[in-house]
Amino acid sequence: MKIYIMSVFVDDQAKALNFYTEKLGFIVKNDIPLGDHRWLTVVSKEAPEGTELLLEPSEHPAVGPYKSSLVNDGIPAASFKVDDLEKEFERLRHLGVEFTQEPMDAGPVRMAVFDDRCGNLIQLVEMAEGR
Amino acid sequence: MFICVDDDQLDNVFKALSDPMRRRILDRLAKRPGQSLFEICASSFAEDGRSLSRQTISQHLDMLERAGLVQTHRSGRTKMHTFDNAPLRKAAAAWLNKHLRKGSAT
Repeated sequence: MKIYIMSVFVDDQAKALNFYTEKLGFIVKNDIPLGDHRWLTVVSKEAPEGTELLLEPSEHPAVGPYKSSLVNDGIPAASFKVDDLEKEFERLRHLGVEFTQEPMDAGPVRMAVFDDRCGNLIQLVEMAEGR
Repeated sequence: MFICVDDDQLDNVFKALSDPMRRRILDRLAKRPGQSLFEICASSFAEDGRSLSRQTISQHLDMLERAGLVQTHRSGRTKMHTFDNAPLRKAAAAWLNKHLRKGSAT
């Protein structure tokens, strides 16, 4: 058994596609029309055969309360690993990405949190060891 | 200066202070104001080396908020917590100081 896909619920798939590719630098793996929406997945350039991230529509009634409760408490909906957090933080900040939490130590990792503008907070993590 | 603080308010402050975890949360919020629940949990884990559940930390924050020691505001859609020392000043003025002033008769 493998984990091949995970999802984040996004308010707007077109906006999300732009953010996750243009800003974060992921690449599109699947973009298939599906009724009003799309089966839209992205992967990391560093692991094109790795786990896909599904940019899933937020229209189910449970999704709104779920997302806003997480954001209320500052809890990220997804977490991505980077080699150099400071570098990535500076790069994204220059692209206009809004960080809700600047890089900080959290035990075995350093982390930061930004807003994906599609209703989610996203965590970036750099492992303190094994770089 | 006479400050009117009733016993319930004093109880809330001293009760809120009667737990090492809550005192540490206040220390951290004093050092860096405006933290989300997630950030408080993360720094608790980083600095204490043990992790408390979000539920537990959330309950501690509720108690600190009731005592007025933690104020909340919104940053975007996220609830941020900040230390407010006003209740400590009031507790000092209303009760602690009278025993701390040298030679003071009450």
